[in-house]
Amino acid sequence: MDGIHDMGGRHGFGAVAREADEPAFHERWEARVFAAMRAAFAHRVIRNADQFRHAIERIDPAAYLTHGYYGRWLGGVETLLREAGVVDESSIRARVAQLGGDPEAPAAARPDPRAAAVSYDPAAPGSRRDVPDAPRFRSGARVRTASFPVPGHTRLPAYARNRTGTVTACHGAWVLPDSNAHGRGERPQHLYTVEFAGEALWGEHAEPGVTVSLDLFESYLQEAPHEP
Amino acid sequence: MSHDHRAIRAEALESLLIERGWLTADAVDEVIATYNERVGPMNGARVVARAWVDADFKQRLLADGTAAIAELGFGGEQTEKLVVVENTEQIHNVVVCTLCSCYPWAVLGLPPRWYKDPAYRSRVVREPRRVLTEMGVKLPPATRIRVWDSSAEVRYMVLPRRPAGTDGLGEAELAARVTRDSMIGVEVL
Repeated sequence: MDGIHDMGGRHGFGAVAREADEPAFHERWEARVFAAMRAAFAHRVIRNADQFRHAIERIDPAAYLTHGYYGRWLGGVETLLREAGVVDESSIRARVAQLGGDPEAPAAARPDPRAAAVSYDPAAPGSRRDVPDAPRFRSGARVRTASFPVPGHTRLPAYARNRTGTVTACHGAWVLPDSNAHGRGERPQHLYTVEFAGEALWGEHAEPGVTVSLDLFESYLQEAPHEP
Repeated sequence: MSHDHRAIRAEALESLLIERGWLTADAVDEVIATYNERVGPMNGARVVARAWVDADFKQRLLADGTAAIAELGFGGEQTEKLVVVENTEQIHNVVVCTLCSCYPWAVLGLPPRWYKDPAYRSRVVREPRRVLTEMGVKLPPATRIRVWDSSAEVRYMVLPRRPAGTDGLGEAELAARVTRDSMIGVEVL
């Protein structure tokens, strides 16, 4: 989906703000969110990381920009817990009020009543799978990426759509996030590292001597048209 | 939404999950201890120091990162396939995840805030040289920059160049010189 999460290449976000001696968690609530994520995984509300990543993509886009990383996670975990019926908004609000908070304050979570539940468990540990098909592309192949946005989860960022690059590595077959995030099965596909020249991505505004490499699934790629 | 509201909402969710028996009251302390003490950039620093002193290990690390870090007892979370990319005089590598915040937890721990924030994620694929300069990395114009956007489950770690004047140092002393940022590629040692 062309959501706010797809940030590569966007303008206007300013300088990178680094912090000296940054702790793993700045505040206790961030670790609470982390623990809640773990619990949702352990109790099979979150079946896979793709589903969780997509839940984060589906939170309120303004919250995505302003609630920080663990605020986004909170929105994602809460979205999936509410879609699964484990908690509901009224019980969260009641507990927020008990804790002295404002129960009317807007939340990042945006549960979708039509969201498909992921009802299967992973076929094997991890995301690497064996498939019978041979990889379609070899290292050195010139490939063109898909042109159009897709409505659901995908791992082809907008800035790398409809661009030509070179395959530099073949990683075997991996679970397809585009399908797995939506409960439509693992559908493993071959995965490739594709390297793009800066100029292929940013044209005349590219910095010299730069390449950007992405790991892209086979269905995102076509053989590139022959170049003159 | 105020800062406080996220904290209270997280606490509310935690308490509902504790009531349900899905969380224990000490789960949060366990998470904090894990990422402060056991899983962090000190692990990656040991990998880098080993690669600096042991050419055979370095070769194995660059060929199969996951297998090589397992020799030091590291693996698991977010490193099903670890690719280690080596900085040289000609090539500087830098890692990002523009779509979320993918990061090799087993060797670097949890990502720093700036890695997850919009400025870094949006800019480093488009103008890495400028971002690196702003972050204090001055590269000669002839040095090529390779940006790795972690868009699938492959995770990337940079093998920084060994600093000059460290010939006499042992592996543990070398590891103490390796920073998290150098293993992301936004610092040169």
